[in-house]
Amino acid sequence: MAQAAAKPPSKPTGQVIIGLSQEPTVFNPLMPHIEVDQGVHWNVFTPLWNVNAQGQFVPQLATEVPTIGNGGISEDGLEWRVKLRSGVVWHDGTPFSADDVKFTLELINNPHFRAYTRNGHEQVTDIKVVSPTEITWRMKKSYAPYASILSWTFIVPQHILGKADDPNTAPFNNAPVGTGPFKWSERMPGDHITLVANEHFFGTGPYLERVVFHYVPDLTALFTQFQTGAVDYTGIQGITADHYNEAVKLPGRNVTAGPSGTCESITMNLTHPALRDLAVRQALYYAMDKKSIIDAIYYGLPKPTETFLPSQSWAYNPDLPKQVYDVAKAKQILDAAGWKPGAGGIREKGGVKLSFINSTTAGNHVREQAQELLQQSWKEIGADMQIKNMPAAVIWGDYYNMSKYDSVMVGQNEMTGPDPDVTIYYSSKATMAKGGSGQNTMEYDNPKVDELLAQGATTLEQSKRIPIYRELQSVIRQDLPMLPIFQYARIEGTKKGLMGYEPSVYVQANSWNVGQWYWAT
Amino acid sequence: MSLYLLRRLGQSLILLVLVSLIGFALIHLAPGGPLAQFTLTPGMSSADLARIAHQMGLDRPLPVQYWEWFRRLLIGDWGLSYRDNQPVLAVIGSHVPATLELMISSTLIAVLIGTWVGVLGALRRYSIFDYLATIGAMIALSLPTFWFGLVVIYAFSVKLGWLPAGGMYTVGDGSLLDYAHHLIGPAMVLALVTVAIWSRYMRSSMLEVTSQDFVRTATAKGLPRRVVIIRHALRNALLPMITLMGLQLPTLLGGALVTETIFTWPGMGRLFLDSIGYRDYPVVMGLLMFTALLVLIGNLTADMLYALYDPRIRLD
Repeated sequence: MAQAAAKPPSKPTGQVIIGLSQEPTVFNPLMPHIEVDQGVHWNVFTPLWNVNAQGQFVPQLATEVPTIGNGGISEDGLEWRVKLRSGVVWHDGTPFSADDVKFTLELINNPHFRAYTRNGHEQVTDIKVVSPTEITWRMKKSYAPYASILSWTFIVPQHILGKADDPNTAPFNNAPVGTGPFKWSERMPGDHITLVANEHFFGTGPYLERVVFHYVPDLTALFTQFQTGAVDYTGIQGITADHYNEAVKLPGRNVTAGPSGTCESITMNLTHPALRDLAVRQALYYAMDKKSIIDAIYYGLPKPTETFLPSQSWAYNPDLPKQVYDVAKAKQILDAAGWKPGAGGIREKGGVKLSFINSTTAGNHVREQAQELLQQSWKEIGADMQIKNMPAAVIWGDYYNMSKYDSVMVGQNEMTGPDPDVTIYYSSKATMAKGGSGQNTMEYDNPKVDELLAQGATTLEQSKRIPIYRELQSVIRQDLPMLPIFQYARIEGTKKGLMGYEPSVYVQANSWNVGQWYWAT
Repeated sequence: MSLYLLRRLGQSLILLVLVSLIGFALIHLAPGGPLAQFTLTPGMSSADLARIAHQMGLDRPLPVQYWEWFRRLLIGDWGLSYRDNQPVLAVIGSHVPATLELMISSTLIAVLIGTWVGVLGALRRYSIFDYLATIGAMIALSLPTFWFGLVVIYAFSVKLGWLPAGGMYTVGDGSLLDYAHHLIGPAMVLALVTVAIWSRYMRSSMLEVTSQDFVRTATAKGLPRRVVIIRHALRNALLPMITLMGLQLPTLLGGALVTETIFTWPGMGRLFLDSIGYRDYPVVMGLLMFTALLVLIGNLTADMLYALYDPRIRLD
């Protein structure tokens, strides 16, 4: 096709208007932010290395990714040495150096700074600037996911933020200066953000003169603007599944149902008197009509899954047992486990009814339909599921974090960038309701899982980590603390002629590589 | 007069404090908080969330948090937005021009057309025009804005291509013509409902005035009909409209949430909704106080204008 052969222009040319249904408001990449914010950060800032769509590390501000093999990391995983690129300049012309990396890592650990996460960074001590292009530090303990965490850690300028009275409220946070392919131009709060090409970008590109992030809160309005061409790319939250069939027929538009790192599941509170029984969970899984959910409610776009990792992850286990929709088998399991049909057809055992509540974000019509389907399917086997939905700010607050729910229908990306470390989701020490620290709201407690998680997090060689994570997925698939349904598809549209767009499960927003986008003329 | 003003001022201040107390209590009663949006963010652990909550002072007792906010407000510090850390006044201020543009243009259109339709309807009571105007008003009032707005976009933008599909201006353009082009859709949709309301008010006010004795006297004196209508009847019929205009002030700056969402117009209505959704307490409180101030000023201005315009009224 002629378009595939189109080469990027020699000078940054043209503009791209990105439509978003949430507004980016956080421009200091180290502060608490959501996905749309990261979509902007990728263009203004650069990390030491990032991850490409195939899950491989690609050096950015560093010249190579440190590994045990190349001596960048010591055998015990504690000493790190990173070599940095020379000749990189900040958007204001100041040269970039190792001081900026030291400053960034120290800022994150600064008790007064509202860093969005200290996970991994709190292990870093003894940071030494060996030269403007070389930096070393020591980890308090070996932590394999740290390389992935760094792939999402954008470096900020010491010469600006270092001088601020309070980095939390510095003017920098609304006029950021980075090393990325685009420079900050202007922001109209509530409406849009404009970035312009960084002519001195150290990498390839940018090929566009201007990028505009336009906030369009209504998804129907966003789709309409995509139709009329007012936006060139529908970013987060993209095109809704019910518009997909219409979208693919639009002339002059490309619609991609790309993979996402997010997986949808029914997550259960394992202290619930009925759900704590493995037989119950197994039966519920057998009675789940996944095909109908995916095909009828989600238009066949997402892919069924048996695990919490996207199929694109290097740690994904493709050999997990495939779920089968078998109502008879479900009933059999419950009968064998002593759950006898009681009043109203609802099963009982030892005075406990097989009755529980399922909650999700109110107003999410597609999820509500899926809930109704499950309610019907499970009624057939004598399980009574009651639906109780709430607004996002309510359900994903204490109700979820402090394990106050019976079960939730949730979509989560449990990876850390490209890293499959899911300790905060499955470790027995990660349950806040029990005084722990993490997101194991299921109150799941399996010593084998704890052991595998610890091994996976301290083994630095990827080849050695693969079998560990495969086994982990296998154990969790057996225990079924959550019933995996599908891996999300992100339906996004671009105007024909827009080259370079590449969806990736390793980032939160598919505008991560706008520096590589260009218009085929 | 100055005593009257002082009394009104005193009442207003007490009201404002009450509004702030009730507002503060209500938004904190709503479950969830400014950090709920980060619960499902990959890479942020609950330890991080707890730490950030502490750094932001969100774990302090509510009365302490209220007093902190109130104390700062007294010295003119409206606080910083939790989302982009910008001063609340700047956040609100940045949305004012867009809101005013939309609200003033739609109100002007609505008042002009509404007045004309209402007056004519009253003068030609029970005529075909009057019936059509009445039915038209009922339809306009019943149409849901979110539906009508989308229909307008679908018809005039997607199908005909006459109007843009939303937004305030085309990036790269920015000319007056471009702004006007983008204003047409949202202003017309918003004006529709207001036209209906105004025309009804105007009609009944006009009817009441034209049945009064002094109008009959003016006609009996031999004045031309046009002079009777405009110089005598209309002037008096407009009196209750002044009060209404004053009450419109908070709406002028409150924006129109649904229209703004459908037409991607960055106004105050959307700011309010987004702030509440994200539990951006400083901005929500700021908007509450701002709106309360506008209501009070609007009422006061209406009362004063009324007294100025109608010599029968004495403020005391």
